[in-house]
Amino acid sequence: MIIAEQKSLQEIDASVEGAKRVLVVGCGGCVSVCLSGGQTETEVLAMALRLKREVAGTPVSTAEITLERQCDPEYVAKLDEAVKEADCILSLACGIGVQFLAERYPDTVVLPAQDTKFVGGTLEHGVWEERCGLCGECILAATGGICPVIRCAKSLLNGPCGGSHDGNCEVGQDTPCAWVLIYHRLKRLGREAAMDEISPPKDWSKARDGGMRKIVREDLRL
Amino acid sequence: MEYDSKLVGFVCKFCFLHSFDLGPQPDTSIRLEMIKLPCAGRVDARVVLTAFEKGADAVFVAGCPSHECLNLTGSARAEKRLDRIKVLLDAIGLGRERLMLYHVSGTNGPRLADIVREAALAVGCIGRNPLNTHRSGERSCCTNDHSGAEILARD
Repeated sequence: MIIAEQKSLQEIDASVEGAKRVLVVGCGGCVSVCLSGGQTETEVLAMALRLKREVAGTPVSTAEITLERQCDPEYVAKLDEAVKEADCILSLACGIGVQFLAERYPDTVVLPAQDTKFVGGTLEHGVWEERCGLCGECILAATGGICPVIRCAKSLLNGPCGGSHDGNCEVGQDTPCAWVLIYHRLKRLGREAAMDEISPPKDWSKARDGGMRKIVREDLRL
Repeated sequence: MEYDSKLVGFVCKFCFLHSFDLGPQPDTSIRLEMIKLPCAGRVDARVVLTAFEKGADAVFVAGCPSHECLNLTGSARAEKRLDRIKVLLDAIGLGRERLMLYHVSGTNGPRLADIVREAALAVGCIGRNPLNTHRSGERSCCTNDHSGAEILARD
């Protein structure tokens, strides 16, 4: 899922400065699971904003709606009526949701309430960690299910660099070296010989380097 | 002590309400609204902020001592949540001092009266909820709204 972290109340308040009616829109997708932009967080942010403004003597009214997802136009359309009553929209979705709202409502200011961080998973309640670099061409089959693209600070594809020390990466003692993890994993599977195979240079045009990506499935289109 | 303060207490039904039955009643000059929770760990930012939005001068959460919590982690969870809500209260400008956490054993009879008095004293030091000052003339701070209770009921 996409992991996001809410911006500070000060930053959010500054971004909606001047607005009298703010539509606060939550998302029931990834940000709901990582507890930063679901229904509860949306209600809390709206309340906090109202209170902050009232304490400051510049009251604001808010309306809160949490969509199933903000990254699907069919759900975004449910905001059509509410948007007419708002001076601006504050989205608690990831950057995708913010852009989908901005595309649907070109005459309304749409602002992000979140910093979109990474694609990852839940290690334990309240702890999330990055796992996928969205490189567009998965190599996990060759690396024992451990991704060097995202878990190695240098995204090296052929073994550890000189900064690997006692199993940790040079960027920090709490960051395990991806290639040490890969070695132990392959050894456990009896496949450590796979490390002798040299990976050719990766085609990064399939990642972000190739510009904005798009997938079209003709079988799903009408 | 600040009389006529409005206090809202989110209280664990297992410990605090037992204690409430055993001890003396709190000072009647202090307006107190108590909202019963199945566990202190049930408290969240929405109910606390709702209480302040509806005019509470201070909010307290009372749960079992951590080692007595019937839900094992409820009191610890409440403490963590309140830490985060306090940061939010600072950012809002209401101040973290308005939110208090108490651990109360079920057999500690006089504790309720003490807590209410302590909270009212705190309001005396930090002042009334500034929202009530802004709203004076527009809306009475003495509402009969059940602060946060509707959110708990809805959930």
